[in-house]
Amino acid sequence: MNKKLNARTITNEEFFYGHKACGGCGESLAVRLAMKVLGERTFAALPAGCMSAVSFIYPNMAFKTNAIITPFASTGAVASGMAAGLKALGIENTKTVGFAGDGGTADIGLQALSGAIDRNDDIIYFCNDNEAYMNTGIQKSGLTPYGTKTTTSPAGENLPGSITMKKNMFEIVAAHGIQYAATASIGYLEDFMMKVQKAKETKGTSYIHVFAPCPTGWGHESNITIDLAKQAVDSGLWYLAEFENGEFKLNKNPKEFSSVEDYLKVQSRFKHLKEKDIEVIKSHRNQKWEKMRKEWVSENK
Amino acid sequence: MNKKFISGNDAVAEGVRLARPHVISAYPITPQTITVERLSEMVEDGSLKAEYMHVESEHTALAAAIGVSSVGARAFTATSSQGLLYMAENLPYASGARLPIVMMNANRAIATPWNIYGDQMDSMFLLNSGWIQVYVEDAQEALDMMIQAYKIAEHKNVMIPIMVNLDGFVLTHTYELVEIPSQVDVDEFLPPINMTEQKMDLENPKSLCISAGNDFNFEFKIKQERDLHSSISIIESVDNEFGDKFGRYYNGLMDTYRCEDAEAILITTGSVTGTARIVVDQLRKEGKKVGVLKLRYLRPFPIDRLKTEIGNAKVVGVIDKNISFGYEGTVFTNVNSTLVNMQNSPKSMNFIGGLGGRDITKNNIKNAFESMIKMSVGEEQERIQYMNVRCEK
Repeated sequence: MNKKLNARTITNEEFFYGHKACGGCGESLAVRLAMKVLGERTFAALPAGCMSAVSFIYPNMAFKTNAIITPFASTGAVASGMAAGLKALGIENTKTVGFAGDGGTADIGLQALSGAIDRNDDIIYFCNDNEAYMNTGIQKSGLTPYGTKTTTSPAGENLPGSITMKKNMFEIVAAHGIQYAATASIGYLEDFMMKVQKAKETKGTSYIHVFAPCPTGWGHESNITIDLAKQAVDSGLWYLAEFENGEFKLNKNPKEFSSVEDYLKVQSRFKHLKEKDIEVIKSHRNQKWEKMRKEWVSENK
Repeated sequence: MNKKFISGNDAVAEGVRLARPHVISAYPITPQTITVERLSEMVEDGSLKAEYMHVESEHTALAAAIGVSSVGARAFTATSSQGLLYMAENLPYASGARLPIVMMNANRAIATPWNIYGDQMDSMFLLNSGWIQVYVEDAQEALDMMIQAYKIAEHKNVMIPIMVNLDGFVLTHTYELVEIPSQVDVDEFLPPINMTEQKMDLENPKSLCISAGNDFNFEFKIKQERDLHSSISIIESVDNEFGDKFGRYYNGLMDTYRCEDAEAILITTGSVTGTARIVVDQLRKEGKKVGVLKLRYLRPFPIDRLKTEIGNAKVVGVIDKNISFGYEGTVFTNVNSTLVNMQNSPKSMNFIGGLGGRDITKNNIKNAFESMIKMSVGEEQERIQYMNVRCEK
């Protein structure tokens, strides 16, 4: 058994610091903690996006380990190439990881990610999901949820903002027969870190989809990032799960959901939502949970 | 001496095997496919110790090579046509990061209309990508350039990726007797890759492909430009060293044929050169002072040497297997920029042909020379001519 990873046991050493991310940035916290778990022999690949934009600004580099910015579509591709190169050079005991955003994963980077999983390349792919293209100024991505106001999905008389649901990345990845996949939230950091540890020990491809609020893009106070990430899980709008040995597992199965309204109302991206829109969101949540509980909880199968 | 009767694609694969890349990222596209097929067989039979990545696209083929090269390993990939354009954004990415990747490109037409045959529209799009571009004439040169390319690209004063271009089908699918150098000789000529600065390192971690704003960006680009220009001397010395070792000299950035006293010089790239030489011999018999100049490298562009080799020619013709729509052939534009800076600038003419794999015949080339000769004695001629085309200009 691994030792438990928590605030007391995690290393004090920093591998990602001195960057220029916004105050209260959830994504940078996910990267920082993942890097603490992964350690100094990590090779990191980050596509164009917030994390690369704030951390590779010549001459100030925020990664203490080896790191590279990749073309936007190429997180999986460059990480795969790095892993193959290290293997061919005989450099052992390293871990190659990709840290992409939601657009960089579910939209433009999906093909390269699929290729990497198909080859079972020895990489960990992180999708840091803040539910829109934040680096370019809050545009809708394939992981933007229903009813979100973004700069390309405006809310008005005719539309409630985004009219599509989040692309189902976790199950898309699992359908490849990936070695290990998990969803996580920076509201549940110990769960996240344990999943990173598991991925680190996995031979072959693993995928961690971590939910990470963005105060700038979501329009919430920067001191409630963690709380919102927790609320998303507690209200059932996000979920903690794993896919391992071909089986899905729900890590957290709340008997009762906390209030969706409370989660939505503190974010300006959802301020415009009408009751009927919130009903759509809840109904979609309920369908999703019905399916997950039926198919992923062993006693219900 | 080991000789094999093989195609241009096979020759590329033989050259790559001898160069011992660590990783091959491969995606098939006609007419490059045989190269990546052969390489997969070589990896399977153990004669090439490399990781073979079955990538899902050309975009990933080059992106993966960027990853491979960033950790200090030797990378190879190959593409053509639509594939080259699909991976286009990754070309300046690799050259800006100064990663010494070698890529074979089978020159092929660009859709639409769809066409799998050879012209040079594809690589001309990428002339500005910061890569060294070399065009080979036959299968032997293709094999030899794979070995030379790594030596040039990985030179510590170069660190620039190289695209080795072969005319689709005419070269990739034509069988020739090719001499296969011994592994021992190649190992002596081409040492293992030893990147010193632009690579990741556990002892000395690095961030690569960084951002540089308006306060630094220009300097990065100027250094890239400076090093691409100064790669000329390294290209020449590597070619000489190769010749000393293997007995085949390619004359560096260009190869001239009967140009010394020529009044009309035809500039070519790639496989059409052989046809042009035959025509030169015929016309020389008739007493015509003609020559052919094969441009091997389009980047770096050999400005000074081109001026010297053109010497006192009265007319320079340029064969272009491409059109920069709305203007003229791309090689022509590049050559003209050098010509205007000569003391006695020759007149220049453009012969555009071979698009979509259309033949360029001996007769076409003979007509080109005759038109050049007429221009040299003051007869008015069309400055831009299309070879072997049926419709009105």
